[in-house]
Amino acid sequence: MTTVAAKPAAVAAKPATMAQALGRALRDAMAEDPAVHVMGEDVGTLGGVFRITDGLAGEFGDDRCTDTPLAEAGILGTAVGMAMYGLRPVVEMQFDAFAYPAFEQLVSHVARMRNRTKGRMPLPLTVRVPYGGGIGGVEHHSDSSEAYYMATPGLHVVTPSTVADAYGLLRAAIASDDPVVFLEPKRLYWSKADWNPEHPLAVEPIGRAVVRRSGRSATLITYGPSVPVCLEAAEAARAEGWDLEVVDLRSLVPFDDETVCASVRRTGRAVVVHESGGFGGPGGEIAARVTERCFHHLEAPVLRVAGFDIPYPPPMLERHHLPGVDRILDAVARLQWEAES
Amino acid sequence: MKSRSLTVMDQRGTYRPAPPPAWQPRTDAAPLLPDAEPYRVLGTEAARQADPGLLRRLYAELVRGRRYNAQATALTKQGRLAVYPSSTGQEACQVAAALALEDRDWLFPSYRDTLAAIARGLDPVQALSLLRGDWHTGYDPREHRIAPLCTPLATQLPHAVGLAHAARLKGDGVVALAMVGDGGTSEGDFHEALNFAAVWQAPVVFLVQNNGFAISVPLAKQTAAPSLAHKAVGYGMPGRLVDGNDAAALHEVLTEAVRHARAGGGPTLVEAVTYRIDAHTNADDATRYRGDAEVQAWRDHDPIALLARELTERGLLDEEAVRKARDDAEAVAADLRARMNQDPGLDPMDLFAHVYAEPTPQLREQAAQLRAELDAEAEGTATTPEGTGR
Repeated sequence: MTTVAAKPAAVAAKPATMAQALGRALRDAMAEDPAVHVMGEDVGTLGGVFRITDGLAGEFGDDRCTDTPLAEAGILGTAVGMAMYGLRPVVEMQFDAFAYPAFEQLVSHVARMRNRTKGRMPLPLTVRVPYGGGIGGVEHHSDSSEAYYMATPGLHVVTPSTVADAYGLLRAAIASDDPVVFLEPKRLYWSKADWNPEHPLAVEPIGRAVVRRSGRSATLITYGPSVPVCLEAAEAARAEGWDLEVVDLRSLVPFDDETVCASVRRTGRAVVVHESGGFGGPGGEIAARVTERCFHHLEAPVLRVAGFDIPYPPPMLERHHLPGVDRILDAVARLQWEAES
Repeated sequence: MKSRSLTVMDQRGTYRPAPPPAWQPRTDAAPLLPDAEPYRVLGTEAARQADPGLLRRLYAELVRGRRYNAQATALTKQGRLAVYPSSTGQEACQVAAALALEDRDWLFPSYRDTLAAIARGLDPVQALSLLRGDWHTGYDPREHRIAPLCTPLATQLPHAVGLAHAARLKGDGVVALAMVGDGGTSEGDFHEALNFAAVWQAPVVFLVQNNGFAISVPLAKQTAAPSLAHKAVGYGMPGRLVDGNDAAALHEVLTEAVRHARAGGGPTLVEAVTYRIDAHTNADDATRYRGDAEVQAWRDHDPIALLARELTERGLLDEEAVRKARDDAEAVAADLRARMNQDPGLDPMDLFAHVYAEPTPQLREQAAQLRAELDAEAEGTATTPEGTGR
């Protein structure tokens, strides 16, 4: 099991947003390693539509933080060539659904280059993708596309849920010699935490889940934008007499079976929670893995609380689609508690 | 940490949309336009200026290349290659592309361009790994500065642009030459690569081998452009139209485009008009989409014959030289045959070794499963009497 160790009180911790932490991670990585290049649409002068790259072009120049032509396949394709030459590109896809034109480059080249060349030509490349809903975005601005990336061998798929993880995991992604799809939960961009950017938290290597809240009754397995929702649900569940554990996966690939299964073996019950659709979504894989490994510890089938299997709704209806506290608690209530009473 | 070096982005950063009538073209299109006719050297006055040593070398390489194509196709019939897309008829393009580059430059071939890779010095057995099927890329791209043979059409073009851009940022004077077919010019990645290359003024040369067909689909169904070279103008780079069976013309145009790119002049699009004499691959039946007369007309414009005629007329090719080139090509074919007839030593555990720098826990589990299956198989083979099977 991995838990976040208590850190020494920061000297000058101040509230910082996830967006600021991400920007700081890019800046520090660029300052440390001249091979790190940031590229994408509007990342230069504007600082990105979410302002994550704010100030980078001014500090490092247009050649290190580059406004590219508006063409996602071209952005990722040229980044592949830059990585082939020894650079460490960090690509920004402006929105989840706008990353799809780059899908062929990602699947056919980014994910395969190391394997194709028997390890002779690894591709250290990070693809940042703001993803998920809950910000009132119009069509094509709220997709949860993680299942596509998870289904592609050769990619790491990472998503932070806290300010500290946003910094640490992005640094780890950029430092990785493998390509990383870094999914940024855009509705958490403005979430705040006390954070001292002068003493950024060290982060474990990509691939470790973390227990965000300890509990004995059941495990909520979740990631990214759904982590705060699950923590809220866990608080609300206390009134029902349930003491819920919340596991934040942080990394979908590699998947931390160890931390997840250790939790489920303790609690005997599990619900997987994510915004992505349920059919063919990450929850199906997670439920199968947990069932295969923890069958004799389970008191009830592993349940899923996911987005509906519909195209992402228009903003005025999205609250009905997104997994919320009530829907999570309804699932917890269906975990066959009768046998215990 | 300030490193605001001057790039084309800065130079062109002055452009702002202006309302009419203040609008004016950003670039003069006329110098970018290709010639009306494909550029030719062989059989013209220009050929008299060509370096005899170069012409002889081109001839030897073309003869070797044609023999290699024939041998590789034969290997498919013997089950030693899974498939072979022949470049017979296109040898001049293949050889000129390789010879136009310096050692430090990069070649970005498509799946039909093994001959270009070999002409650049790659071992034929390594070049054929993909088509033999023992692995995907059988060589170290960085060692040879040859990108993996690319199967998804035109997707290697943006790689060439990115690599050339990175090299330029480092001030390395490296040029990338990327090869694509006529069909590939319809792909979105072709468009995006050319656009990025021109905006970044990346030192790239795009060589389109227009061999008339995308498998079965003729060029007329592929594009309505005046020529494929004309597409360059829309991106703001020069387009050059060349006789793709004229090795001397191709070598001249490609060498000039490489020099231009290396000097900071930006990218060039070269269309080489050629013809695929063989079918798409050994698995294709070309008689379904084209007639013998058409093929014969192109055989009469054969790249080796054109070069041999020029050399003979200038007294640069005697029987001895012809025999030497043929013997040399036979030796290459015999070596390829001998080595391809040996089974490649395969280790199935390699399947898991290079997916990530460190295998994920899930891949370690799956590797253990395959290991156990292999061990059981080996044990079964060891304990089963010969001939009885399992």
